Amino acid sequence: MDTQFITEYIPHYAEAAKLTFRLGVTGIVISLLIGLWAALVQYYKVPVLRRIAAVYIELSRNTPLLVQLFFLYFGLPKIGVIISSQSCAIIGLSFLGGSYMAEAFRSGLEAIETNQTEAALAIGLEHKQVMRYVIFPQALSISVPALCANVIFLIKETSVFSVVALADLMYVAKDLIGLYYKTDEALFMLVISYLILLLPISLAAAWLERRLRYAGFGN
Amino acid sequence: MQDLGIRVLFMGDNFWRLLGGLWVTVKISLTAVLLSVALGILLGIVMTLKYKIVRYTAKVYLEFIRIMPQLVLLFIVYFGLAKSLGINLSGQTAAVIVFTLWGTAEMGDLVRGALISIPRHQYESGDALGLSRMQVYRYIILPQALRRLIPLAINLTTRMIKTTTLIVLIGVVEVLKVAQQIIEANRYTVPDSAIWLYGTIFFLYFIVCWPVSRLAVRLEKRWKN
Repeated sequence: MDTQFITEYIPHYAEAAKLTFRLGVTGIVISLLIGLWAALVQYYKVPVLRRIAAVYIELSRNTPLLVQLFFLYFGLPKIGVIISSQSCAIIGLSFLGGSYMAEAFRSGLEAIETNQTEAALAIGLEHKQVMRYVIFPQALSISVPALCANVIFLIKETSVFSVVALADLMYVAKDLIGLYYKTDEALFMLVISYLILLLPISLAAAWLERRLRYAGFGN
Repeated sequence: MQDLGIRVLFMGDNFWRLLGGLWVTVKISLTAVLLSVALGILLGIVMTLKYKIVRYTAKVYLEFIRIMPQLVLLFIVYFGLAKSLGINLSGQTAAVIVFTLWGTAEMGDLVRGALISIPRHQYESGDALGLSRMQVYRYIILPQALRRLIPLAINLTTRMIKTTTLIVLIGVVEVLKVAQQIIEANRYTVPDSAIWLYGTIFFLYFIVCWPVSRLAVRLEKRWKN
């Protein structure tokens, strides 16, 4: 291992990690919003929207992100829709993540028994309040493990962003291998970068799950 | 109206070439799934044993594999091994190795989960009946664990098929690569073919994965109790 080479190129990796992190976080936040929308629409059985959400979830869960990105980045410009690399990455990640988040929220909402709603209505809460103060907090604590797993999954998925010409971690590693043939060093730094990025999230998720296990009511 | 790029799909044997490319992906994922199920069951059983060293080794392996993006693992096996150890694997072999390593970790965790979800008294009753350890697993634990496991293993298959798309990035000629070749070959005659081809691939993946994930959902519901 060439330690001088490694120290020289650390800034490149740091820069790339920042990009991965920024795009990942943006994508995850949008995914959470889409997921919440799709889960609520299905929970309340809103007529048409519910079908749209169901079709979206099936389409998004059964296709790979790489193919979605190819379609967005190389396909759409042919009919005049030109989207920048970063927007493609964020749209792709949100399209993929939305359905995973929706499933996580849905399983949480479904786990709350109907007597909770009935009891809340009986003490005079409005439907909005029932969701806001009774159903959602309980559902959220059930959904947290799945949501955390999705966050890690989505950050891992960002590793394909190099195909839409974004200088992410994979791109830098591949570049260094191509330019200097320093394969070992480049891959070593790649692994370390992903560990630095994902290990804290993984540990935080484990801690959060342990804390929330007490939040379940009545079991 | 201008002639549509979709005709590229049906020129010559383009469509069959696309399906052939898809088959490469599916073949690699099925091979990896079969290997992972076998190795994963072993890993899962090992992880429920009492030996601390074995358990911690398995845990470290599992965490490392699950935290690394699969593309990084592909790069390590495909580029890393060639450079540092002089082992030159074909893209397809590298892919099978990586997806087996990953699948074993995922499967091992599922098996462990299924095994510890079986109540202790099932093991104890088996012992009380005078069955050996092997017989307890063979006749009592595994048949019950399998019902919880099979839907999850089917889910893993669809994830595997979707993730295997990454092999295009280590130079394996699969469906996306075939599409690129077709697009390049028709660059001047049909300039807008890209949207049709990538759109088609999008739906091809959907057609392959959707029935499989529906099956998993149905089995899960049927075997719930």
